[in-house]
Amino acid sequence: MSDASINASRAYEDEASFGDYFALLKPRVMSLVVFTALVGLLAAPVAVHPVVGFCAILFIAIGGGASGALNMWWDADIDKVMKRTKGRPIPAGKVEPGEALALGLALSGLSVIMLALAANVFAGAFLAFTIFFYVVVYTMWLKRATPQNIVIGGAAGAFPPVIGWIAATGTMSVEPWLMFLLTFMWTPPHFWALALFMRSDYDDAGVPMLTVTHGRRATRVHILVYTMLLAVLAVGTAFSGIGGPLYLAAALVMNALFLHGAWKITRRDENDSEADNFKVERSFFKLSLLYLFLHFGAILAEALLKPYGLGGW
Amino acid sequence: MALHKEHELHKRRSGRNMGVGILLAAFVVLILALTMVKVTSNGFSFPDTQAEQN
Repeated sequence: MSDASINASRAYEDEASFGDYFALLKPRVMSLVVFTALVGLLAAPVAVHPVVGFCAILFIAIGGGASGALNMWWDADIDKVMKRTKGRPIPAGKVEPGEALALGLALSGLSVIMLALAANVFAGAFLAFTIFFYVVVYTMWLKRATPQNIVIGGAAGAFPPVIGWIAATGTMSVEPWLMFLLTFMWTPPHFWALALFMRSDYDDAGVPMLTVTHGRRATRVHILVYTMLLAVLAVGTAFSGIGGPLYLAAALVMNALFLHGAWKITRRDENDSEADNFKVERSFFKLSLLYLFLHFGAILAEALLKPYGLGGW
Repeated sequence: MALHKEHELHKRRSGRNMGVGILLAAFVVLILALTMVKVTSNGFSFPDTQAEQN
C-alpha cells in the first residue's frame, strides 16, 4: 500500500459522520433545554396547539444546539486540553472549526426566525438574546475572565422555560422567572461539584474556575451557600402560581437531600475526598441532575393536573 | 453521457447524505403542518383582508 493511500484511508477514518455534526449541538444539554422549555410552555395558562407547541420546543432546542456549536467553535483550544472535552468533534479532528461556526450561525438564524413565525416575535427575539448571551457574554467573555463565569453564564441555560412561556403567552410574568431562578441558582453548585472532582481539567485549560482562583475550600463553602439560597427559592416557588402540594412535597424532600449533600461536601477536606475518589462530590453531582428534573417534573405535573381540578392550591 | 454512481465518495458519505435528506424531508412536513394549523386557526386573516376591515 502506498503512502498516499494510507494517508487517504486515515483521512477517511477521520471524516465526520452525521453523528459528529449532531454532537456539536451538545445533545445532553439540548435534552435539558427541551425539558425545561416544555415545562415553561405547558405551565403557561394558555392552551397551545400541539403542532405549534411542538415547533416552538423544536426551534428552542435547535437554538440551544446552535449555541452549543458556536461554543465548541470558540472553545476548541481549551476543549483539546480538558479530559472531559477532548473527545468532542473539533478537538478529535472530525469537524473543522469553520464548519462548526457555519452550522452554529445557520441554525441560530433558522431557529430564531422559525420560532418567531411558529409562536411569536417576542419568543424569537428572546431566543436570539439567549444565543447571544451564551455565545458572546458567557463563552467569549466571562468564561475566561472571571471565576463567577458559571454564576452569570448559568443564566443562559436558565432562559429556556422563559422562552417556552413566552412562546405560549406572548407575554412575561413572574412564574417563568421563578423557573429561571431555579435553574440559575442550581447551576453553580452543580458545576462546582463537577469542578471539584474533575480536578486539574480547568486548571490545565487556564479557565478561572472557582477551584482554581479561590481554592477548593472556598468552592466547598460556595456550594453550601448557593444550595441554601436555592433551597429557600425552590421551596418558596411552591406557593406561587406554578406550585402546589405535589411540588411542595418534591421540593421539601429534594432540598433536604441537596442541603445534606452540600453540608457533607463542606465538611470534607481534600484528603477525605481523594481517599474515596470524590465519592460525596460525585454523588452530589448526580443528585443535582435528579434535583432539577424532579422540580421541573413537579411543576409539569401540577400544570397537567390543573384541568382536572387537582393541580395547584 | 449516462450518470453513474461511480465514486466511492457516495458510499462513504451515504450516512451523512441520508441524514441530511431525512432532516430536509422532515422540515418540509413540519412547515406544511404548521402552515395548515396557522391558516385554519380562528385568528387567521390575510393582510389585505385585515387592511380592508380597518
